[in-house]
Amino acid sequence: MLYVVIGYLWAAILLYLLLGGADFGAGIIELFTSRKNRSRTRKTLYHAIGPIWEANHMWLIITVVILFVGFPVIYTTMSTYLHIPLALMLLGIIARGTAFTFRHYDAVRDDMQVLYNRIFMYSSFVTPLFLGIIAGSAVSGYIDTQAGDFLHAYVFSWLHGFSISVGLFTVAICGYLAAIYLIGETHDPDEKLRFIRKAQLFTGVAIGMGGLVFLTAWVEGIPLTEWVFGNVPGIIGFSAATLSLIFLWYYLRAGKPVIIRLLAGFQVTMILLITTYRHFPDIVLLKNGDTLSLLAHQGQAKTIESLGIALLAGSIFILPALFYLLYSFQKEEAHG
Amino acid sequence: MDDFLAARSQMALSLGFHIIFSCIGMVMPFFMAVSHFYWLRTGRPVFRNITKAWSKGVAIFFATGAVSGTVLSFELGLLWPTFMQHAGPIFGMPFSLEGTAFFIEAIALGFFLYGWDRFHPWFHWATGVVVGISGLVSGILVVSANAWMNSPAGFDYVDGKYLNIDPIAAMFNDAWPLQALHMCLAAFVATGFAVAGVHALMIRRGQYVDFHSKAFRIAAVFGTVAAVLQPLSGDLSAKDIAKRQPAKLAAMEAHFHTEKRASLIVGGLPDEDAQEVKYAIRLPGMLSFLAHGDFDKPVAGLDTIPKENQPPVAPTHFAFQIMVGAGMLLLGLSFLYFLALWKGWLQRRWLLGLFTLATPLGFIAVEAGWTVTEVGRQPWIIHNIMRTADAVTPMPGIRYSFYLFTGVYLSLAVVVVFMLYRQIRMVGKLYHTNA
Ligand code: HDD
Ligand code: HEM
Ligand code: HEM
Repeated sequence: MLYVVIGYLWAAILLYLLLGGADFGAGIIELFTSRKNRSRTRKTLYHAIGPIWEANHMWLIITVVILFVGFPVIYTTMSTYLHIPLALMLLGIIARGTAFTFRHYDAVRDDMQVLYNRIFMYSSFVTPLFLGIIAGSAVSGYIDTQAGDFLHAYVFSWLHGFSISVGLFTVAICGYLAAIYLIGETHDPDEKLRFIRKAQLFTGVAIGMGGLVFLTAWVEGIPLTEWVFGNVPGIIGFSAATLSLIFLWYYLRAGKPVIIRLLAGFQVTMILLITTYRHFPDIVLLKNGDTLSLLAHQGQAKTIESLGIALLAGSIFILPALFYLLYSFQKEEAHG
Repeated sequence: MDDFLAARSQMALSLGFHIIFSCIGMVMPFFMAVSHFYWLRTGRPVFRNITKAWSKGVAIFFATGAVSGTVLSFELGLLWPTFMQHAGPIFGMPFSLEGTAFFIEAIALGFFLYGWDRFHPWFHWATGVVVGISGLVSGILVVSANAWMNSPAGFDYVDGKYLNIDPIAAMFNDAWPLQALHMCLAAFVATGFAVAGVHALMIRRGQYVDFHSKAFRIAAVFGTVAAVLQPLSGDLSAKDIAKRQPAKLAAMEAHFHTEKRASLIVGGLPDEDAQEVKYAIRLPGMLSFLAHGDFDKPVAGLDTIPKENQPPVAPTHFAFQIMVGAGMLLLGLSFLYFLALWKGWLQRRWLLGLFTLATPLGFIAVEAGWTVTEVGRQPWIIHNIMRTADAVTPMPGIRYSFYLFTGVYLSLAVVVVFMLYRQIRMVGKLYHTNA
């Protein structure tokens, strides 16, 4: 049952990265779209993410619940030492979720829209930035549970080059996913071309930021290269992701929305896989060399068992309904 | 402000904020389902318009409820890591099940909000009902976690260790059934009167009377029926607490000294140093009767509780008085409403005026009720097991986080009210059809 729970944890993180990522990315794209095209982009975006955006952030809640029920020490260590980036991420989530809804449901269209839009775009950038920072900090080995002063315990645990570059990399991935997703959501050739350009731009940015992650890891003595390339699955995963990128660039021009979505999803899955594979079962590395492992820090047997059953039972209800929701609105798309 | 107080205040603020949106999220879907049902059955556009107007409000509230809930699930760890480290694996069951309920709610809401004219009308209607049911289920589940803090169950506490954890037994703890019942009723009372009050105001102003009267009627029926049941359920809760948490009951009633024919204290200023209540009305024997169903049975006072385990008396007592006071006013108004239904006085200005005045009362009672529950449980975060002071995060400077979140929540509250105001003002433009 423990492995079922861990599987759900991993899947929830992946789905949040893919679906939530495309959702954040939509706001990032809007931020990087020239003013005159924004309102057009906004319409496509609303159409594309409106019906499902509520469901998207549920993956984050599921991740949190699995952590605090099944692996409480990991949850509480992260929430104690990464309090500040978590709180900032929460402010981002509040701002983004409310601004997205307000701008659509405000009964009067006036200057308030400008404010909602601005909040939406900036928080779409800030939230994944901090999510990435949190993920980066967990594995960076900067969390120091023995630190004596405020700065070392609560600030330098996350404020360093590696974590920040992981944050920026996450932002780039979100923008990339959204651009790929939106290509298939519009029928207007001009707009399609704009999204294709954005997808190319964000591929470049993501590669650049990925390079920055390796660079900062090297500077700060984090053995990232060894984690990724020091094992066969890592090398295979990396090569597969790179190879799929070549295909993706080819199909991008050909305008095949389903294929490019699958390829982009595949790449992000590979990235998560190669970065977590070597670590498993550790998800938090501490400064003193200790690790918080999913195996050593699991809750008592009965807790894990009932958590696993709750997750399995939940999926039986949720997955068909979720697929039907996506399917209904996609079908609509094809007809309309 | 010291950091411990800041952490408690931030928790209280976030929960107090969230609870408003969750009450609305639990109850409004049912109001919509009723008016949607009338629309499908009678084909009168006014019912479609009401459903659509409400569903916009619900979307705004739902988004705010969802983000404030997401914040809460992180805040439990950010503010109370020691608590979560031990409690998480024990009371986690309702949270894991709640995930499913939320998911279904979010999916059904997607269908409902974006499904107008896209699906079979009754399928579309049913998705709205599913939103309501899953919202109610998630409310009931999360109350189980809170009830567990009041009546811990499902583990053995030996030498500071939490052994033999049984999450199912923890979920079905003693306090859950009555607390969940009282909470669900409260959500109907609070939302029903708030919605009815707003529509009553619009009828009094003579705007789109047909639209607002029908909306008023639906909300008022739900609110008044629940308001009649609420004191009954509250009485059961009080009897339950007399058994489980005598310290909380004593603080609620400002009952300092154990007495045989214990009197019920109404109003008054509790003075914790002098151990007495000044300027209060006393009804002899009534407290014994309410707590134990017997006018002579003694009721344990705060003097049976060691000083360091006593909850703060004044806030608990005031909050309890406010809740019961609000409950009694709403009960009276409900009877008046039934009388009005019978006599055909529904359009009378005074009746509508009273409903307008009652708009915030239900929510005031909800906030007061939670203050009773939470402050009355102090100094324990897990009753008789863990102290709140031992659970708080070691990180200094929580006060700044409290100021920041206060600012954010205040501005959100202002924006939500502003949006709602615009929503209501636009009713004429958006929905007024002559048909
Ligand atoms: C519309 C809201 C509302 C109204 C009119 C009332 N209550 Fe209430 N009450 C709540 C809303 C509420 C609440 C916010 O929902 C609480 C907090 C925790 C809970 O489960 O329900 C609560 C808690 C609560 C508790 C503490 C439960 C606990 O700590 O476990 C008691 C003893 C009562 N109530 C009793 C009453 C009585 C005797 C009422 C008589 C009129 C009453 N309530 C009206
Ligand atoms: C299932 C739901 C709930 C859980 C798990 C929960 C948990 C907590 C926790 C961990 C604290 C901090 C420790 C403490 O001071 O007691 C707290 C405090 C508090 N909560 Fe709750 N709570 C829940 C429901 C609510 C709700 C809905 C409200 C709504 C108003 C509320 C109001 C408060 C208040 C007022 C405090 C501060 C107590 C004080 O200052 O002494 N709680 N709660
Ligand atoms: C007794 C107190 C509570 C009640 C009755 C309640 C009820 C609800 C309801 C009905 C919703 C659905 C959203 C809506 O319709 O607006 C909701 C949302 C949420 N609540 Fe609460 N809640 C309570 C306390 C808590 C606590 C203590 C937590 C966290 C630990 C929490 C976490 C959440 C989350 C994460 C969501 C968002 C789910 C979504 O996206 O749909 N709630 N709550």
